[in-house]
Amino acid sequence: MIPASFDYLEASSVDHAIALFAEHGDAKFLAGGHSLVPMMKLRLVSPSVLIDIGRLAELSYIDDRGDHVAVGALTRHRELEDSSLLAEQIGLLAHVAGQVGDPQVRNRGTIGGSLVHGDPAADLPAASLALRASMVITGAAGQRVVPAVDFFVNFLETAVGDGELLTEIRFPKRTGTRWAYQKFNRRAMDYAIVAVAVQLGDNPGIALVNMGPTPHFAVAASAALAAGAPASKIADAVLEGTGAWDDSNATREYREHLARELTTRALAKAGYTS
Amino acid sequence: MSLIGARVLRKEDPNLITGRGQFVDDLAPAGMVVMVFVTSTEPHSRIVGIDTSEALALPGVLAVWTAADLDGLPPLGLPGLGRPLLATDVVRFVGEPVAVVVAEDKYLAADAAGLVLVDYESLPAAASLTAALADGAPALHEVLGGNTVFEQPFDDDLAVEFAAAPHTASLHIVNNRCAAVPIEPNACLADWGPSGLTLWATFQAPHHLRNTVATYFGIPQDTTRVVTPDVGGGFGAKINFVPEYFLACALSRLLARPVKYTQTRSECQLLMYHGRAQEQDVDVAFDGDGKLLALRVRVTQDQGAYPDPTGMGLPVLTTAMSAGCYKIPKVAVSWRNVVTNTTPVAAYRGAGRPEASYLIERIIDIVADQTGVDAVEVRRRNYIPADEFPYATHSPLAVYDSGNFAGAMDELLTLFDYDGLKAEQARRRDDASKKLIGIGFSSWLEIAAFGPPGSLEAFGHLASWESVQIRVQPDGSAIIYTGASPHGQGTVTTFAQIAAGELGIPFEKISVRHGDTATIPQGIGTMGSRATAVGGEGVRTASVRVVERAKAIAAHLLEANPSDIVLEGDGFAVNGTPSRTVPWSEVAWKSFRPLEIPPETEPGSLDITVFQQVPNFSFPSGAYCCTVEIDRGTGEIEITGMYLVDDCGTVINPLLAEGQVHGGVAQGIAQALYEGITYDSNGLPQNSTLMDYLIPAASDLPDYTCGRTNTPTPNNTLGAKGIGESGSVGAPPAVVNAVVDALSHLGVKHLDMPITPIAVWNVLKGAQ
Ligand SMILES: Cc1cc2nc3c(=O)[nH]c(=O)nc-3n(C[C@H](O)[C@H](O)[C@H](O)COP(=O)(O)OP(=O)(O)OC[C@H]3O[C@@H](n4cnc5c(N)ncnc54)[C@H](O)[C@@H]3O)c2cc1C
Repeated sequence: MIPASFDYLEASSVDHAIALFAEHGDAKFLAGGHSLVPMMKLRLVSPSVLIDIGRLAELSYIDDRGDHVAVGALTRHRELEDSSLLAEQIGLLAHVAGQVGDPQVRNRGTIGGSLVHGDPAADLPAASLALRASMVITGAAGQRVVPAVDFFVNFLETAVGDGELLTEIRFPKRTGTRWAYQKFNRRAMDYAIVAVAVQLGDNPGIALVNMGPTPHFAVAASAALAAGAPASKIADAVLEGTGAWDDSNATREYREHLARELTTRALAKAGYTS
Repeated sequence: MSLIGARVLRKEDPNLITGRGQFVDDLAPAGMVVMVFVTSTEPHSRIVGIDTSEALALPGVLAVWTAADLDGLPPLGLPGLGRPLLATDVVRFVGEPVAVVVAEDKYLAADAAGLVLVDYESLPAAASLTAALADGAPALHEVLGGNTVFEQPFDDDLAVEFAAAPHTASLHIVNNRCAAVPIEPNACLADWGPSGLTLWATFQAPHHLRNTVATYFGIPQDTTRVVTPDVGGGFGAKINFVPEYFLACALSRLLARPVKYTQTRSECQLLMYHGRAQEQDVDVAFDGDGKLLALRVRVTQDQGAYPDPTGMGLPVLTTAMSAGCYKIPKVAVSWRNVVTNTTPVAAYRGAGRPEASYLIERIIDIVADQTGVDAVEVRRRNYIPADEFPYATHSPLAVYDSGNFAGAMDELLTLFDYDGLKAEQARRRDDASKKLIGIGFSSWLEIAAFGPPGSLEAFGHLASWESVQIRVQPDGSAIIYTGASPHGQGTVTTFAQIAAGELGIPFEKISVRHGDTATIPQGIGTMGSRATAVGGEGVRTASVRVVERAKAIAAHLLEANPSDIVLEGDGFAVNGTPSRTVPWSEVAWKSFRPLEIPPETEPGSLDITVFQQVPNFSFPSGAYCCTVEIDRGTGEIEITGMYLVDDCGTVINPLLAEGQVHGGVAQGIAQALYEGITYDSNGLPQNSTLMDYLIPAASDLPDYTCGRTNTPTPNNTLGAKGIGESGSVGAPPAVVNAVVDALSHLGVKHLDMPITPIAVWNVLKGAQ
C-alpha cells in the first residue's frame, strides 16, 4: 500500500511534458492518478519519475467544432457529465461519464487517463468505441490521429507510445441522437461486470465492457445494427470476437449471457426498431 | 428533567466531522519509528530460511526480527496451541507475520520489508472445514492429532423423537466468513521509557489490554498505561490479543524509541480476525400444522489457524441461542472447533448469535414451505408466549429475561401491506415480463448485556461488571469516567443523557471520559452490547448516590432535613417550600470547603465510583421483514423494503438506537448479499482487498422503515437491553428468506450466503 520511491515533476505545457519524458525515460504521466496511483501502491508499476500533467489547463475543454465535438484529454469525468453541449450533442458520453465510480473518482479522473489506461472494464473506452471517436496523439514527432477501433491494442495497452500524450478526443456529431448504456455491476460504485454501449443514428455502433482483454467494439453487431437487423439478431451477433473469462464476480457463460441480455435492453431503451 | 428517550445529537460528532478526532495514526511523538510486518504469502509451509541481511543493510532500518529473536516473548492464546508473535518454523495462514521490520519512517519500512527473503517449503494445506476434517487431512498443530480442537457431543441426539415425528427436514448451512472492515484498521503505538510503558491502541477494552500486556512482560500495572483514543470502529475484531501489540512494546523497549504500527487496508483484511465461518447441520421435526417438535443442531466452527479464546466461544453462543423465539419441546446441540489454514476467527458483530438466528429462521421457512402454512403463521404457532418469561431454554446460558415476539410481529405487519404484496407476488410469477417478488421474515432474538458474573471471565476478562465514576466539579458540572470504551456507539452522549436526568445537572455540563487506564477506574470494555445495559445502569446508580450526598449538603445549607430536599430547577429545594433553594453550583462549590459542609461530611464527597453488576443477560428481540425484486434476465437482487421492528426495552436515545440498527442491518445485508472471504483449495485468499471483497455503500442499501416495541428488561432499573448487534442478527435471515421466497416456485429451498446475481441466475437458468 506504499509505493516505491519516485521523483515528482510538474509539467507546465504539453511540450514541456513531452520534453521531460524524453529527459527521464523511466517515467509515467500522472493525470487524475485514479488508476496509476493504485497500481503504484500495489507496486504493480514503479516508475522512477511521475510527470504531472494534471494541471495543464490547455488540455481541459469541451469544444463544438462543427461536425464534431472535441474534448481535451484532461477533462474530468465530472465535467463531461455536467456539460450541456455534450448532453445535447453526444449524450452517450455525458451519461457514461456519470456512471464511472463515485463522485470523488469523477472529480479527479480524466477521460484521457481512462482511455490511455485502456482497462477493458472501464466505461469511457466503450463509449468512445460506440461513438466512433478518434484520438489525437501528440509526441516529439508531432500529432497523429487514430480511430478508436485501432486505439486499444492489448490488455492495458493502447496506441499511445512511450513518451506520447493523448491530447484530444474527437466525437463525430450525428443525425440520430438516440443511445443507451446498460452497466451491470453489484455495487453502484463498481466497474462493470459487463456493460453495453449502443449509439443509434447514422454510423451507429455497439461496444462492450469487460468482454475480453481490451475494450471491445462489436463489429458484427454494429454492422447488423447499421443494416437494420432485428434486435434479436443484433444480440446474437454481439458475442462475435469477444473473449470473456471467469473471475470472482462472474463466469464466462454468465458474462456472455449478460452481454446478450444487456444488448437487447440497450436497443429497447434507445428505442431501436428494425 | 429526564432525557431518556430524547433524540439528542451526539456530543462526539463536532470533533469527528471537523476532522479534530484523534486516532492512533494521528499521533507522532518525537523520535517515533515505524514497524511493519513481512507477512506470509503461503497458507501452510515450513520456513526453511529467512534472509534479513539486505533489509538490515538499508540505511534507516533499525531492527529486523524473526522468530529466532523472540526469546522471552511466548506465544499468545491457548496453552499448547498458542500463536507465536512471529511464525515459528511453520506458517499457517496467508498473512501470518513472519518477520517484523522497524525503520525511521513508513516508506523505508515498506521498502525494507520487501527486501526480507523468506524461503518456504510448501506443506499440504487444509483451508476449509471439509479439507481439515477429511481422512488423512494435513494436521496444523501436531499436539492435536487431527484438526479438531474441542468437541462437545450431543447429550441425547433425539433419535427417538425424530423417528416418531410426522415430518422432518434437514439443512446444511454455510455461514460465510466475514471481515469486520472497521474504517480504522488495526494500529498501535508503544512507548517504553524509564518511567514505564504507554501503549496507544485502537482497542475495545483498554484495561483488559493493559492488564494482559503487564502480565505478559512481568511489569507492574501502575506503570503500564493503555490509551484508546478515538477508535474507528471495532465490531468485535478489536478485542483480540494480536502479535502487533506485544511486538511494538518489545521493540520500543529494545530501541528506546516510540514504535508505531499501522495496518494497511489489505493487511487488515488478512490479519484482523475474521468472523462467522461456521457450518451447521440442522434437523427439525414438526407436525402438519407447522408446530415444532424437536430441533437438532450440530455446529462446526472454523477457528482459522490458531484458536482464539473468543473464537472458541462462538459455537457456545450459537448453540445456546439455536431455538430463537420458539418454544420447542426438545432441543439437542453439539459443536466442535476446528483449525484450518486461514485467518483466525473471533468475534464479529453478533458473534455467534447471527449464526443462531439465521439457522432457526431458515428452518422456520423450510417448515412453512413443507407444510404449506404461511411463514408468519408458522412463527406465531411456535412463539414463546409473552407471559412465560423468564423463560428457561435448553441452555443454562440462555434464560430469556423478557420478550413479546407476537407483539413485535403485529407491529411489523402494520408497517406494510403483507397481503397485498403476496397477491402481487403471485401475479408477477405468471407474467414473465415482470420482476419476481420475494418476502422474507425473521423473528430474531439475541443475547446482550454481557455482564452477569462469570460471563466475561469465561473469555479471559477480569470480571463482568462495568466501572463508572462520577465526579462533580466545583462549578457544578460533572465528569463521568467509565471503563466502557466506546468506538462509535455514542456512549459519551447516552451516558450524559442518563446522568442528566438523575443528577439534575444539564446535559451540556456533563462530560464523559473513557479510554485511558491512567485516569479511568479499572474497567472492562465495550462488546456484547453491554455498554448501556451495564455501564449505563452504573451511571444511574452512581448518579443516585451523588444526589443523595448532595442533598445532605443542600440540607445543611438550607437548614432543612435531608429527607425534605428535592432536585428542582438548577439545583435543590425544600419540598413544599419552593422559595428555599440552592443551586447545584453552590452545593458543588461548597462540597469542597470543609467549613461549609455538615461536620460529619468529608470534602470532595460528590465523587462516587461504582462497579455495576447485573444479574442476567438481556435478550433484545425483534421482527424484521425484507422484500426483494429479482431481475429474471440478470439475477440481480434489489431490496425494495426493509421493515424493522426492534425491541431493546427502554431506548435512551432513539437517534442513536436507530443508528445502531441501520449499521447492523447494513452489515447483515452485506453478509447476505455481498461479503464473504473465500480461499481456494490451496488456501490462497480470493478476495483480500476491498476491490474484490464487496462492502455495500449507502447507494447500495435501501431505506429502512423502523418500528419499535418496548419490553423492558427486569435486569436493570433503566429497562434497557442493548442494541449494538441486533441488526446484524436480524437482517441476514430476512434477506435470504426473501430471496428464497422469490424463487421458491422454482423449487428452491435454500441458497448459501452471499447470494450473488450469478447464483440467482444459475437458478433461473436451470428453471428455463
Ligand atoms: C474507486 C475507483 C473506482 C473507479 N470506478 C471506475 C468505473 O466504474 N469505471 C471506470 O471506467 N473507471 C473507474 N475508475 C477509474 C477512473 O475512471 C480513472 O480516473 C481513470 O481510469 C484514469 O484516469 P486518471 O485521469 O485518473 O489517469 P491516471 O491514473 O493519472 O493515469 C492512468 C494511465 O494513463 C496515463 N495517462 C493519463 N493521461 C494521459 C495522457 N493524456 N496521455 C498519455 N498518457 C496518459 C498515465 O500515465 C497512466 O499510465 C475508478 C477508479 C477508482 C479509484
